[in-house]
Amino acid sequence: MDNWSLVSMCVLLGLTTRWAVSFNSYSGASKPPMFGDYEAQRHWQEVAYNLPVHEWYLNTTDNNLSYWGLDYPPLTAYHSLLCAYVAKLINPAWVELHTSRGYESSSHKLFMRTTVLIADILLYIPAVFLYCFYLSNGSSKKKVATALCILLYPGLILIDYGHFQYNNVSLGLALWGVVGLGSGWDLLGSLAFTLALNYKQMELYHSLPFFCYLLGKCIKQGLVGRGLFLLLKISLSVLATFALCWLPFLSEPQQVLQVLHRLFPVARGLFEDKVANTWCSLNVLIKIKTLLSRDAQLLLSVTGFKSILLPALPVCLLMNELPLMATWFLLVSTFSMLPLLLKDGLLLPYAVTSLAFLFLCVYLLSALHRSSQELHLGSCYNLTRGSLFLPFVQFGISMAAMAVLSTASAALEPPARLPDLFPVLVSIFSCMHFLASLLYFNFVQLTEPPSRRGQKKTN
Amino acid sequence: AVMASPMNSDSGWFLALALGVSFIKCLLINAYHSTDFEVHRNWLAVTHSMPVSKWYYEATSEWTLDYPPFFAWFEYGLSHVAAYFDKEMLVVRNLNYASPATVLFQRLSVIVTDVVFIYAIKECCKCLREDKGKELLWKPSFILATLLLWNFGLIIVDHIHFQYNGFLFGVLLLSVARHFQSRHLEGALLFSVLLNLKHIYLYIAPAYGVFLLRCFCFTQSKTDGSVHWKSFSPFRFVVLGSIVLTTFALSFGPFIALGQIPQVLSRLFPFKRGLCHAYWAPNVWALYNIVDKVLSMLGVKLGMLDINKLPKATMTGGLVQEFQHTVLPSVSPLVTLICTLLSILPALFHMWYRPSGGRGFLRCIVICALGSFMFGWHVHEKAILMAILPLSWLAVEHREDARTFLILSTTGHFSLFPLLFTAQELPIKILLMLLFTIFSFTSLKKLFRGRLVSSVEATYLLGLIPLAVICELVYPLTPWHHTLPFIPLLLTSIYCALGVTYSFIRLYISLLTVPSTTSKGKCQ
Repeated sequence: MDNWSLVSMCVLLGLTTRWAVSFNSYSGASKPPMFGDYEAQRHWQEVAYNLPVHEWYLNTTDNNLSYWGLDYPPLTAYHSLLCAYVAKLINPAWVELHTSRGYESSSHKLFMRTTVLIADILLYIPAVFLYCFYLSNGSSKKKVATALCILLYPGLILIDYGHFQYNNVSLGLALWGVVGLGSGWDLLGSLAFTLALNYKQMELYHSLPFFCYLLGKCIKQGLVGRGLFLLLKISLSVLATFALCWLPFLSEPQQVLQVLHRLFPVARGLFEDKVANTWCSLNVLIKIKTLLSRDAQLLLSVTGFKSILLPALPVCLLMNELPLMATWFLLVSTFSMLPLLLKDGLLLPYAVTSLAFLFLCVYLLSALHRSSQELHLGSCYNLTRGSLFLPFVQFGISMAAMAVLSTASAALEPPARLPDLFPVLVSIFSCMHFLASLLYFNFVQLTEPPSRRGQKKTN
Repeated sequence: AVMASPMNSDSGWFLALALGVSFIKCLLINAYHSTDFEVHRNWLAVTHSMPVSKWYYEATSEWTLDYPPFFAWFEYGLSHVAAYFDKEMLVVRNLNYASPATVLFQRLSVIVTDVVFIYAIKECCKCLREDKGKELLWKPSFILATLLLWNFGLIIVDHIHFQYNGFLFGVLLLSVARHFQSRHLEGALLFSVLLNLKHIYLYIAPAYGVFLLRCFCFTQSKTDGSVHWKSFSPFRFVVLGSIVLTTFALSFGPFIALGQIPQVLSRLFPFKRGLCHAYWAPNVWALYNIVDKVLSMLGVKLGMLDINKLPKATMTGGLVQEFQHTVLPSVSPLVTLICTLLSILPALFHMWYRPSGGRGFLRCIVICALGSFMFGWHVHEKAILMAILPLSWLAVEHREDARTFLILSTTGHFSLFPLLFTAQELPIKILLMLLFTIFSFTSLKKLFRGRLVSSVEATYLLGLIPLAVICELVYPLTPWHHTLPFIPLLLTSIYCALGVTYSFIRLYISLLTVPSTTSKGKCQ
């Protein structure tokens, strides 16, 4: 009986935090001629509403692809179209072809922020609670606490409600996929994930575990008979979903190629930001050992700041089982986006949400009080005996270092010879942490004792 | 399974609650702020740049200093810190100056001074009769701490609209806590300081006066509770009096010496303002005004009144401050004073004849605050907080008070909605209101095991939802939004006035029908 009230209070807290962050600036605010991601999203609404479907990805006189051309799969375009219909009802000037370029006003900002909030309410937040309640262990209070921590992960809030993006849609759909698979509803799960993939192609990084898991499940049920049937069902539904999403473009093979060209611009350099350029270009896959392992997670350091959100999602889901490491990783992931956030004028919400997240996780999940055994260090533990508290000390030092670097980035001017000193320092720091996390999560995954797997099977 | 975690440890949860709400406050730094922001900036400038003799004469800005001297000194102290953020805000001529550094400084000053409030709440929680062995989330101290720390009205008035009520209520609650702990002199000192910080607390000064006289100056009571006249302690009376007088002397002394008292008083008590504020606080006079309007409209319809003889704009004039009554008799400040005194006298008498220690005192405070709200002259809707916050304390200890609290706090908080009229703040006020309301209902219900509000009351409260939809969403889309813009305010004020009046009556009923077992008067 108390559950629903606790859940609703957590949802309200999550929504309040999100909306309060949205008061701040967005990417490219008042910065003509190109502005930023906010203008890109607005522009896609303009394009989707005014132009016919087959022109959305083409370079035409009406659609100049060098000005924020669509480079996400069709579902993003349909979402933009939906938003554009609403925008047209409120104020047609927001999506007028050509003339609405660079349109900025407080009511428009309200509208855009509201679209993100609605997506959160409909997709991401329900998925988080479903995951916590049906796929994780512990008392109901612990589940609610975990859900609250996941909801208050700063990285996603700052990017979606500050910088401005719709990661909550793709991550939400992916999370629905996880929930589906974890609950045994393979068809719905794969459907949800396919939709996620059709929203942002970056979800491809999550696709391999999904694929391996489903394939493995089919194999286990026997490749002749039920397994094959399942495989066919899933494949057909995935293909059907793809077909449905790409329907308008299937009329001509050239269309499909053009869209693919926009989604995967091999012509562009693979390294765009300093993050990718110098430090982080690792792609590692963690293999799924068990069929019913729920912690399939991908840890990738990829090009671009915001892509860190992709591994952040699975790590969020681990909050219950590995609170210290999850909190640590998630804080570093937020920190790694600091240069971007500073550029967008989001220092205040960054500082507040990161501190709040740190205190909340440490308090609610008693992250610092878990025994070493729960860190799953296993045999490694014997080596570190005597330096029992080392992980916690390291955690503290790491937090202090992040605080110092954040303050320095915000308050100090870099020396003239090294104008990019702070972003580079942030990148080095983050990358080191990501590498260590990679090793750690790999270790945990590979050394998971079979008895635990058996336990999970019955859940 | 109950997990062994910090959630069951003693002080961890309090810090978590305090930090949590502080983080939310920090996130609201860039939210809308009202003209009160400029008011305080102006006071920073005036106290910093002008000598003391000019403080109550300075009128470059329309927002002249209208708080007592201690608050002026408080602003003076703040202004020295302000100099490190942005010196330009301290220039009196920089009207409406609101640079990012200014906003940051002012907002942070409210958040930081709230530490007084947080400390006071901790002291209040210590005074509760704890029930050991209860699960954390439903312990009275946890519930009280949350109801106070996360009070919706306080958050939106202080941290969005912009005021310094948190720290003032901290002083008030600390004073009450001291009385609970029988440290009466400290309590009296704190209240005297409070009166010199913001004189609106005069609303509850009668409660303090009667309580201190009865329970501190008379050291014993007879067995049936009535006062033992011979136990009057002149020593205590003198000490008490000297504390109060010294405080006032420190505060007004400089101005007495300068001969500026009439000017100061005219600034503090501007009676030239109308019966009601620009937005009618949901009190008796709002109902009085609406009855008058309805009667005059009826009178015109029925031909009993000549429309040409009516004051202009009676029909379409909205919530004006100088409201001329046409059918019912006009109301003067003296009338409101008499009505207020009449409304609180029974409670004061009751406390005199049947004192019940700290709790009776607290109840009297609530009644005085609410009575003054109901019948006072030019009451601001924010004054409802003076009744809601102390009532929270009573609510976690008595079932009937919990019921009254739920009704009063929900309607009172809703009546604050018109304070935040910007579209950007609409989700925030709805989300925070829902958060507080859900928490207060579920926690008090759990604490007192069972339904608290009756069906009628629940229906009334649920009626707030369609009212909110009409006022915030539907009405702005209608054509009347431009011709009769005051209608949502009017509806809100009238609807909430019903709930507030009902709560006032309930408080009196619960006061006067105290069961006989507790009627033995005691001062501790």
